[in-house]
Amino acid sequence: MIYYAAIFLPLLSFLIVGAFGKRLGDHYSGWLSTTMLLVAAVCGGFIFKNVALGGEHHVIHLFDWLTTPTLSVSWALKFDTLSALMIVVVTSVSAMVHMYSIGYMQHDPSLPRFMAYLGLFTFFMLMLVTASNLMQLFFGWEGVGLASYLLIGFWYERESANAAAMKAFVVNRVGDVSFALGLFLIYVLTGSLDFDVIFSKLYLIAQAHYSFMGLNISASTLIALLLFGGAMGKSAQLGLHVWLPDAMEGPTPVSALIHAATMVTAGVFMLVRMSALLEQSEVALMIIACVGAATALFAGTVAVTQNDIKRVIAYSTCSQLGYMFFAIGMCAYHAAMFHLFTHAFFKALLFLGAGSVIHAMSDEQDMQKMGGIWKFIPVTYGFMWIGTLALTGFPLLSGYFSKDLILESTFANQFPIAGGVYAVGILAAALTALYSWRLMFLTFHGAPRADDRVMAHIHESPLVMIMPLCILALGSLFAGGLTYPLFTSGASFWGNGITILPIHDVHEAIHHLPLWAQVLPLVAGLFGFVCAITAYIWQEDIPSRMAARFSRTYQFLYNKWYFDELYERFIVNPTWCMGMIFWKSIDQGLIDPYLPDGAAGLIDKASFKASRLQSGIISQYAVIMLLGLVAFTLWQLFNDWVLSHG
Amino acid sequence: MDNVPILSLITFLPLLGALAIMFMRTSHPHVDLNAKRVALWVSVTTFLLTLLCWYEFKIDLPTYQLTERYMWMEKFHTALALGVDGISLPFVMLTGFLTPLCILASWTSVEKKVKAFMIMFLALETLVMGTFLATDLLIFYIFFEAVLLPMYFIIGIWGGQRRVYAAFKFFLYTLAGSVFMLIAIMAMMSEIGSSNMLDITGSTFSRTWQIWLWLAFFISFAVKMPMWPVHTWLPDAHVEAPTAGSVILAGVLLKMGGYGFIRFLLPMFPEASQLFAPLVYTLSLIAVVYTSLVALVQEDIKKLIAYSSIAHMSFVTMGIFTFNSHGLQGAMAQMISHGLISSALFLCVGVIYDRMHTREIAFYSGLASRMPKYSILFVLFVMASIGLPGTSGFIAEFMVLMGTMEKNGWMTLLLASSMVLGAVYMLYLTRRIIFGKMLNADLISIEDLSMREKVVLIPLAVLILYLGIYPKPLLNMSVSVVQVTLKDYGSMPLITQLTAPQGKE
Repeated sequence: MIYYAAIFLPLLSFLIVGAFGKRLGDHYSGWLSTTMLLVAAVCGGFIFKNVALGGEHHVIHLFDWLTTPTLSVSWALKFDTLSALMIVVVTSVSAMVHMYSIGYMQHDPSLPRFMAYLGLFTFFMLMLVTASNLMQLFFGWEGVGLASYLLIGFWYERESANAAAMKAFVVNRVGDVSFALGLFLIYVLTGSLDFDVIFSKLYLIAQAHYSFMGLNISASTLIALLLFGGAMGKSAQLGLHVWLPDAMEGPTPVSALIHAATMVTAGVFMLVRMSALLEQSEVALMIIACVGAATALFAGTVAVTQNDIKRVIAYSTCSQLGYMFFAIGMCAYHAAMFHLFTHAFFKALLFLGAGSVIHAMSDEQDMQKMGGIWKFIPVTYGFMWIGTLALTGFPLLSGYFSKDLILESTFANQFPIAGGVYAVGILAAALTALYSWRLMFLTFHGAPRADDRVMAHIHESPLVMIMPLCILALGSLFAGGLTYPLFTSGASFWGNGITILPIHDVHEAIHHLPLWAQVLPLVAGLFGFVCAITAYIWQEDIPSRMAARFSRTYQFLYNKWYFDELYERFIVNPTWCMGMIFWKSIDQGLIDPYLPDGAAGLIDKASFKASRLQSGIISQYAVIMLLGLVAFTLWQLFNDWVLSHG
Repeated sequence: MDNVPILSLITFLPLLGALAIMFMRTSHPHVDLNAKRVALWVSVTTFLLTLLCWYEFKIDLPTYQLTERYMWMEKFHTALALGVDGISLPFVMLTGFLTPLCILASWTSVEKKVKAFMIMFLALETLVMGTFLATDLLIFYIFFEAVLLPMYFIIGIWGGQRRVYAAFKFFLYTLAGSVFMLIAIMAMMSEIGSSNMLDITGSTFSRTWQIWLWLAFFISFAVKMPMWPVHTWLPDAHVEAPTAGSVILAGVLLKMGGYGFIRFLLPMFPEASQLFAPLVYTLSLIAVVYTSLVALVQEDIKKLIAYSSIAHMSFVTMGIFTFNSHGLQGAMAQMISHGLISSALFLCVGVIYDRMHTREIAFYSGLASRMPKYSILFVLFVMASIGLPGTSGFIAEFMVLMGTMEKNGWMTLLLASSMVLGAVYMLYLTRRIIFGKMLNADLISIEDLSMREKVVLIPLAVLILYLGIYPKPLLNMSVSVVQVTLKDYGSMPLITQLTAPQGKE
């Protein structure tokens, strides 16, 4: 029962609030959906206890979906440690965000619609994580994309929100094409889309090879990279990350739930789910690690220069996702999941905290117009401290355990690129501290830069918004430390949810790291903190001097490495032009004039010419008759001649 | 039940209804209302009969069922022969389902010559049903061609401003295409001495014969589909046709091309089909990219959806010529699914056209604020059109892509690009008309869906979702006959491919 309740209560919430929200009113629809989600979260907790701790792994078959002579796919709910873990994260963060939204969206005229969308999203996310086959995973995968589209564009009267929503959907679709191709290849090679069957037939994939532009690529590599392409879209990895910062156009609770804690981590989840396949291809793993590391670094550098509080956190999310991906590339799947788990708490906390700040500042998001407000909203301030400490890996907080586990696993890894990735990871850790503390100092400290009207209105958020922050703060403080033994206990905890080949396993090695490698992440964090406090508290003119001194670099970072401009110029505009050319020059310029209109015109002209013959002039007719007679006679004579000489 | 000629009833009941309306005198509003009621109830009854047909139909048998024969020309064994199998049944049901919706949709929007409109529509239903149910080549051809007439009048009389040009273009294109088919049919009849489809499917033609016959049939059906580059009649016809005309055109008439491919080209000319498959792939793949890009830059809502139809139809041609069961079943599913989705989209356009009398995208914006129910349904249909999982569009495209992947990876990549392009043009449309601020003062008083419009749109929405979540009833219809159709193609069973994986080129 609890298994069904956890998955389908959010759907029920969507249906009820979506259909009767107007009649229920804001208050009741808000609390109804929140209650349903809280119940789902409690059920999620029990599921975790039974499945992950109790080892009751099982699959509930619902009904058939796609059945053909060679393939059968069904709707099913798979409960193993991996999915139970995700269920806990999704339902609990979602419940918190639901509750928070009652306060945050209080003055919005369409609160029921908002709650319905959140419920829909949660349902799709749960379908994604409990899928027992790739097709259902894809269903959830695209479904969360839809929910994300609807929620980013929630304030649909804003042009920027609509543009961001569409961008998110389309960029994700690019990744989805890649994912779908990978999925089809898996089907062609193994004849199934079911995880268990695929993993039992991996040898079929391992045997196959494709040649591509003279290169010989193994099927494992190709499939792994295609799936990774999908993950890059959903999890905003370098190249397909452009939608995530824009997605901040959505209401802040959405950013917390979808664009920080759950949906964007779906790519990580999917790759971990497919770990048995990834293990077959070291090439793919190394590419994943490189892209992840590059993303971590890229997003960190951009975050340092942004002024919009939500965008800074968005780039931070992007960067942390990069960590998870290079953990996957280093075969530390459990570390990636661990970071996913802790990150969900502290990043949701940071976003909701930022939402509380924005709420207090009369919807101001620009950090340059904040400052000096910590006295006015001390509770929010305190929670933001906890979130920032956890994110920057302060010892014994959640982020410390997970980030260190990733870095240590990377250090111990034997891949040739491991050293480089480790260095980037350390650098990104320093950047994380720098931008996080910059955010704290710019927002809360220094002289107030907001105008008097805004300053007069600053108020602490209501209890309904503080409560969720409180629970997420508890998670940020303790979740990492409490679950560290579980996450690192290998197969006894994970079952067969995660596969690591013995040669890739660094479980033992990370216990024998040199001391400097254990301390280095801390030093990097401290270094970032010192930089931030120097530049934003002690010597406040440093940032502007730096920006002026290195203006080229600053502009490059401030404009996010010009990704949007490049895409606009080399993809969006040419596409538009081609559409115009095809339509105006080919459809209307070439096909129409020659095919239908041309044929019709030709017949028209020919019959006009033919009608000219009937001129009504008798003498003309007589001449033609005469000519005809002559021709006929000549023809007869010719025939006779041929006959007589033949 | 065995003695009831269900198929004749399905085919000719609408015609009877049309006759009944014809006997109504004067054009008083009351008479018009009666004519509408007759048309509605006749078409509803026909739909119920198609349901009965489905009930009587035995899914496991890959042959014609519920057959009827009324001899016409002894010499060629030509008979008014009707029969239904797994390929035609879905189309018959689709036609039966859409016609009442069309009549309801034109309840108030058709103002002039109401009786004539209803007569045309019922006649059209008879002819379409006949096309799908005929099991005699000559009878098929007669129905297939005759469909043009009522459609020509529907566009030409009740259409928009450029209706005459559009109607002519539609007529010329399709007629020019089917001339070749007529020649081919006569050649086949004189060669075999029978016009019975079973006789023809049973006999094998020489390679040269196959090539010529294949080409003749292909041109005719390619125009109907329509395939690139003989597609330019479709946007014009759609734009000028009244809403109900667009619905039937997109929902059913386009499918006659795909139906023809599956019914004739594949089983009758296997050798030629394989020979020309690369041609079909090329045209389909060009069409997917080309028409998607053209759809992107349209300024007229109906034109945009018309171009998107061409892109979706490329999935059908692609799927059919993969010669494997996923591709073929996917093509069938795509035709049914597109029949529902594009109909729904055209009906949605009709709703706002009835209110504002323009289809220009720039005229509309921010409809979500005044028409929330309409917007919800519109977004649902848009999502179905771009193949979101959980809708019928996904199942169909997924199967076709899977079938294509069994053939070749690069083709799959190109075909799958429509996942992105489709999202681009449909979401761009949604963004411009549904979302945004309501800028146009004329729109302020626009009203949300009426009860009648809900009755038309909600069944479509339900069916689209149902087939997306549980497509089994639809897929089961065609599974056995698809196996039989593909028997000549010796498509490698999957298992042999596994032991010898092929290069991706």
